Amino acid sequence: MVAPVLIFAVGNESRGDDALGPLLLRCLQDCIPDSVECLEDFQLQIEHAADLRDRQHVVFIDADVSCEAPFRFSELQAAHDHSYSSHAQSPAALLHTYMQVYEDAPPQCHVLGIRGYGFELGEGLSPEATENLEQATAFLQAWLASSVEVG
Amino acid sequence: MTDKLETAVSPEKLRRVAIDPVSRVEGHGKVTLLLDENDRVHQVRLHIVEFRGFEKFVQGRPFWEAAVMVQRLCGICPVSHHLAASKAMDMVVGATLTPTAEKVRRLMHYGQILQSHALHFFHLCSPDLLFGFGSDVAQRNIVGIAAAYPEIAKQGVLLRKFGQEVIRITAGKRIHGTGSIPGGVNKNVSIEERDYLLKDVDQMVAWSEAAIGIVRKLFEQDLAMYSSFGSFDAHTLNTVRADGALELYDGGLRARSMTGETIFDHFDTSRYWDEILEDVKSWSYMKFPFLRRLGPEDGWYRVGPLSRVTQCDFISTPLAEAQRKAFMAFEDGKAAKATLGFHWARMIEMLHAAELIRGILHDPDLQGTDLVNIGTRQERGVGVIEAPRGTLIHHYRVDENDQIVRCNLIVSTTHNNQAMNEAIRQVARQYIDGNKLTEGLLNHIEVAIRAFDPCLSCATHALGKMPLEVELLDAEGVRVDMLSRSSEGVCESLA
Repeated sequence: MVAPVLIFAVGNESRGDDALGPLLLRCLQDCIPDSVECLEDFQLQIEHAADLRDRQHVVFIDADVSCEAPFRFSELQAAHDHSYSSHAQSPAALLHTYMQVYEDAPPQCHVLGIRGYGFELGEGLSPEATENLEQATAFLQAWLASSVEVG
Repeated sequence: MTDKLETAVSPEKLRRVAIDPVSRVEGHGKVTLLLDENDRVHQVRLHIVEFRGFEKFVQGRPFWEAAVMVQRLCGICPVSHHLAASKAMDMVVGATLTPTAEKVRRLMHYGQILQSHALHFFHLCSPDLLFGFGSDVAQRNIVGIAAAYPEIAKQGVLLRKFGQEVIRITAGKRIHGTGSIPGGVNKNVSIEERDYLLKDVDQMVAWSEAAIGIVRKLFEQDLAMYSSFGSFDAHTLNTVRADGALELYDGGLRARSMTGETIFDHFDTSRYWDEILEDVKSWSYMKFPFLRRLGPEDGWYRVGPLSRVTQCDFISTPLAEAQRKAFMAFEDGKAAKATLGFHWARMIEMLHAAELIRGILHDPDLQGTDLVNIGTRQERGVGVIEAPRGTLIHHYRVDENDQIVRCNLIVSTTHNNQAMNEAIRQVARQYIDGNKLTEGLLNHIEVAIRAFDPCLSCATHALGKMPLEVELLDAEGVRVDMLSRSSEGVCESLA
């Protein structure tokens, strides 16, 4: 049985603020209900479309260099993402891949982008990102409590 | 021989065009062109930010952590680093692998080869190949492929997913796998896991074989262009099995000259530095490996699928071997000498990997329980495998406190550094020289780079990153034109 809610964190814990997504999952791990599954990977790629199958809600968490601090939470629509973003897909493009592969509408999806600043190999989380992480974690906990039935 | 387009005679008088970052390759790269007022090309360079910092990152860490830590190097080929580091640490602990350990690791490696090659062909390069290099930028991407060729897009996703499942089962986890450890593995493959993979493997073999037909058809449709695009003569380096067969996990080094003579063969990888050295150039952070006996000027070489498939004596699986023979014979070997032949060779390897997975899944050693072997402790460890993009070397020195005190990595893309530069200089001569720059023409440069499937560094892909900017500067460095493509794919001229 697939958990109806998926939280998918994207990032590399050894590259500074790129760790924001995985670290948020660590913060949540003790309060995740059975109806929620958590997954993580270095970056989104086409095969992750399969992870969206049979879900009701999906939340992607990633470091974000384009949003205002501390974070941005937004509903996601499938998009013809024309970026040449190498081996990494955007969440919107992943939804489009899902539609192409399964010929079906994707589940309801949101993106939680947490403002990050530095991404060097071997660096820890920056002080600013640490503050943003705390606020994003509190927000997502509240969102889960209000939006997800405890399984 | 160093290309004359490597360094311009009077660069201060030329316009500089930068393609930064190079798209649809892993990590960040930049190409700079120096042009005169008549758009004649005087200098072409590929700049890559390499992860030398990683070698410092692991110093001081206990050696048994290396195989897990190195996966943080790259979000695309973590398994290759995991296995290369494991092989190096096998040497440190003096281990000869048990049959179960070696076969579980091989299965993991073949899964990585399959999923990596599937992603590259079906989703990264097929937009160029199926739509044309200069086609509409909006169409020339993954989503464009899915709209025009839904079955190809779907097969790519499912091949990739299958390879990832092989990795998950053998490494224990989807990412940060711990399956391979110094001296062996920490889990076998259960009957249930084996059967789960077996139910889909025939389909993977069939799709892999069909993909080769797609590449062949592309060559047949425009043989002159496919044979000449970015092509050049190069020495080659790859590993082969003792009997000369293509060997991806554990072979000896073979180097051949651009005219086909064997330079060395079945060379012991644990002493690679007797035959391979690294040069530096003032304009690049990335090193330039070369064959020691030929020297830095003439000794550069090419690694990866094209070298492996053309330089092995045969392939051990029947379907891939039949395809290798057809590839080598095609139009008197024209495809085997072409830079775009990389794509064809890559699909032959994907078929080989699928066949190997199918074969090894039937081997009862996968369910064995003798997982680890330890021998006499050594202070040096070298692990060499053929990663999807080419030969990958991990070299460590470990002190008496079990700490890593020295680390040297030569990754596939570093081996191909000079070869990629040669390819883009050929393309610049063929397509850019004397022509007004357009996005489509600049994409030709990127097509040549993408043929190598370079992995330029990093697993950092935060939202909002990865735009493409092309700047034209005059002789004084003043911007006279700029083309910008945002991460959302919007192109605009900022002139």
